[in-house]
Amino acid sequence: MPAFQGVDYFNADELLSEEERLVRNTVREFVEDSVLPVIEKHNRAGTFPRDIVQKMAELGVFGATLPTTYGCAGLNNVSYGLMMQELERGDSSIRSFASVQSALVMFPIYTFGSEEQKDKWLPLLASGKAIGSFGLTEPDYGSNPGGMITRAVRKDGGFVLNGAKMWITNGTIADVSVVWAKLDGVVHGFLVEKGTKGFSAPEMKGKHSLRASVTSELVFEDCWIPEENIFPNGKGLKAPLMCLSQARYGIAWGALGAAMGCYDVALNYAKSRIQFDKPIASFQLVQEKLVYMLTEITKGQLLCIQLGRLKDQHKVKFTHISMAKRNNVYHALEIARIARDILGANGILDEYPIMRHMANLESVKTYEGTHDIHTLIIGEDITGIAAYA
Amino acid sequence: MKLVVCINHVPDTETKVKIGPDGKSIDRTGVNFILNPYDEFAIEECLRLREKNGGEVVAVSLGGDSHKETLRKALAMGVDKAVLLKDEAPRDSFSVAQALADFIRGVSPDLIFLGKQSVDSDDAAVGMMVAEMLGLPSVSVAVKMEVDGKTITAEREIEGGHEKVECSIPAVITAQKGLNEPRYPSLKGIMAAKSKPIEEVQPTPAQPKVDVVAMKKPPAKSAGKIVGADVSAVPELVRLLREEAKVI
Ligand SMILES: Cc1cc2nc3c(=O)[nH]c(=O)nc-3n(C[C@H](O)[C@H](O)[C@H](O)COP(=O)(O)OP(=O)(O)OC[C@H]3O[C@@H](n4cnc5c(N)ncnc54)[C@H](O)[C@@H]3O)c2cc1C
Ligand SMILES: Cc1cc2nc3c(=O)[nH]c(=O)nc-3n(C[C@H](O)[C@H](O)[C@H](O)COP(=O)(O)OP(=O)(O)OC[C@H]3O[C@@H](n4cnc5c(N)ncnc54)[C@H](O)[C@@H]3O)c2cc1C
Repeated sequence: MPAFQGVDYFNADELLSEEERLVRNTVREFVEDSVLPVIEKHNRAGTFPRDIVQKMAELGVFGATLPTTYGCAGLNNVSYGLMMQELERGDSSIRSFASVQSALVMFPIYTFGSEEQKDKWLPLLASGKAIGSFGLTEPDYGSNPGGMITRAVRKDGGFVLNGAKMWITNGTIADVSVVWAKLDGVVHGFLVEKGTKGFSAPEMKGKHSLRASVTSELVFEDCWIPEENIFPNGKGLKAPLMCLSQARYGIAWGALGAAMGCYDVALNYAKSRIQFDKPIASFQLVQEKLVYMLTEITKGQLLCIQLGRLKDQHKVKFTHISMAKRNNVYHALEIARIARDILGANGILDEYPIMRHMANLESVKTYEGTHDIHTLIIGEDITGIAAYA
Repeated sequence: MKLVVCINHVPDTETKVKIGPDGKSIDRTGVNFILNPYDEFAIEECLRLREKNGGEVVAVSLGGDSHKETLRKALAMGVDKAVLLKDEAPRDSFSVAQALADFIRGVSPDLIFLGKQSVDSDDAAVGMMVAEMLGLPSVSVAVKMEVDGKTITAEREIEGGHEKVECSIPAVITAQKGLNEPRYPSLKGIMAAKSKPIEEVQPTPAQPKVDVVAMKKPPAKSAGKIVGADVSAVPELVRLLREEAKVI
C-alpha cells in the first residue's frame, strides 16, 4: 500500500501555516515509524506500549500548548489539534494517553495549581518522567459527575479521601492522579501520588475497545494527602469541566485521524479488489460509500480548523467544542463501519486497522461526554432549556 | 567546527508526478514537496558533529521561496542558520554546484555535507562538482564517518561492499542512507525555528551547460500473462521466455 499522504480534498492545507504543517508532518512520520509497526501487537495483547511515552516526550507531545518555561513546546491550538489527528490515525489509545497527560493532567495543574505544584509536576510530565491520570467518573456517576460520592475531609494538616473512581485512563501506571472530590459539598481537585497509603489503582480488564490503553479504578480508603496537594484555584464542577473542554477539543481532531486512516485503507482496497471482473471501486454503491467518507472527513476538517482558530483567539465556546466532538466522533465511527463493509471479510482481520479503530471509537463516542450528552449541551445552548432530567 | 549542509526541496517520492504543459518540467500543482531524504542524513551528521565539537551548522538551499519550508525544517531539526540562495531560473547540476560553491567559499567551513543525490533529477553530481570547484577532497556515498583532528576516516558504499577512505579537512561529504538515524524536528524546535530568520542571498546567475529538452514518463506496463499455476506450466513458460521474451 502507498504511504499515507493525508486526506485533503478542499486544499485545507492552505489554511495552515508552515509550522502547523511541519508539526503535522513530523507527528505523522513519528506515527509511521513508532506507532503503526507495534500497535496491532499491543492491541491484541491488551498492553500499552510503554516505551512510546519517552519517544512522545522527546518529540514534545505532552502539554504541547503550555509555555516553554516548563519544558513544553508552546504550540498554538491548531498545531495541537493536528498532532492529535495524527496520533489517533495511529491508535485512539495513543491519542488518549496524550490527551490525558496534556489536557486532563498538565492543563489543570497549570491552570488551577500552585506555583510549587507547577514547578514540581509540569517538567516531569512534559519529559515523560511522570505519567498522570484524571479521576472524575465514578461507578454510579458518569454523565452526571456532579453527583460524585468521593469525599475529602480535613485532618492532621491535610485531607482524607474516601471513595472510588472508575474508567480512569492511565490510573494504574500514573505517578500522579488529579482526583476530583467534594470537600464540604464543593468539588475540588487533589493530587494523589502513586504509593500513597490508602490509595490503590487496579487495572480494569476485558475491554473490547482501547485495548492498548490502561483503564483503571482508583480506590481511596482513608487516604491521607498533605495540604499542599489540593489545587488552590478552581473550585466547583466547572474546573473539571474546563479540563474536559480541552480534552474534547483534541478528540474532535483525533477522530478525524482515525477516520482518515480508515478512508485511506478503504479507498486503496476498493481500487485493487476485483469482483465481477472489475475493481469494486467501479461499482456505484461502493463509490457512494467512499464519497460519504471523504465528504464527512472534509467537513470535519474545516470544522476543526475554524474551531482551533477560535480557540487561539480565545473566542471559543464550550458548545462549539461539543459540536465538533459530537459530529466528528459520530462520523468517524460510521466511516470505520463502512470501511469494514468495503473490505468485506478482510475488514474483520487485524491485518487492517479498521476494526481496531471501530472498536476504539465506541469508547471515544462515550467518554468525555457521550454523543447524546453533547446533543443536550448544544440543545440547551440554542433553546435555553436544559433537557438533562 | 564550522559546518555547511546543502539541502534541497524535492517532490515527495510518494506523489505521482505529471509532466507540465512545457513538456520538460513537472507540473507542480498538487505535488507535495519535502526535504530531500538523503539531506536528512547530511543534516543529522552535522548536528552530531556540532554536539560533539561545538561550532555552527549553516543550511543552504538554492531555489525559490518554496524552499523556505525545507530550510525551516532544517532549523527545526537544530541547524543554527539558514540561507536561501534565491533563484528560480532552471539550472543544471553544474550551475547549482556553482552557486553553492560560491556561497561556501565565503563561509570557509571545515566540512561541507550534501545528500548523495536529490531524488528529483537523481544526477548524483552536485556534491562532487562542489568539491571540484572548491578544490577540496570529497567522500561520496558515505555510510560512516569519524573526524579526528584534521583527519576524516569514512566508509563509502561501493558495489558489493564498503570502502574505507581517509582524507583531510576541509572536505565535502555526500551522505547515504545508513550514515545515521536522522532525528525528528521536535515540536519545540519547530516553534523556535519560527522566529529564526532565513537569510536571502542573490547568487550570480549561471548559464546551464545542459538543457532539458523533453521529459517523458516511462511507457505504461502492459498487463502480465499468467501461463498456468502449477508444474505443468513450466515447459510453456520456458518456451515463452526463450522465443517471445528472448531472455534465456
Ligand atoms: C476507555 C475509557 C476511558 C475513560 N477514561 C476516563 C478518564 O480517564 N477519566 C474519567 O474521569 N472518566 C473516564 N472515562 C469515563 C467516561 O467519561 C464515562 O464513561 C462517560 O462520561 C459516560 O458515563 P457512563 O459510562 O457512566 O455512562 P452513563 O452516564 O451511564 O450513560 C449511559 C447512556 O445513557 C445516556 N444518558 C445519560 N444521561 C442522559 C440524559 N440525561 N439524557 C439522555 N441520555 C442520557 C448516555 O448518553 C449513554 O448513552 C472513560 C471511559 C472509557 C470507556
Ligand atoms: C467470519 C466469516 C466466516 C465466513 N464463513 C464462510 C463459510 O463458512 N463459507 C464460505 O463460503 N464463505 C464464508 N465467509 C465468506 C463470506 O461469505 C464473504 O466474505 C462474503 O461473501 C463477501 O465476500 P468478500 O469478503 O470477498 O467481499 P467482496 O466480495 O470483495 O466485497 C467487498 C465489498 O464490495 C462490495 N461489492 C462487491 N461486489 C459489488 C457489486 N457488484 N456492486 C456493489 N458492491 C459490490 C461488497 O458489498 C462489499 O462491501 C465467511 C466470512 C467471514 C467474515
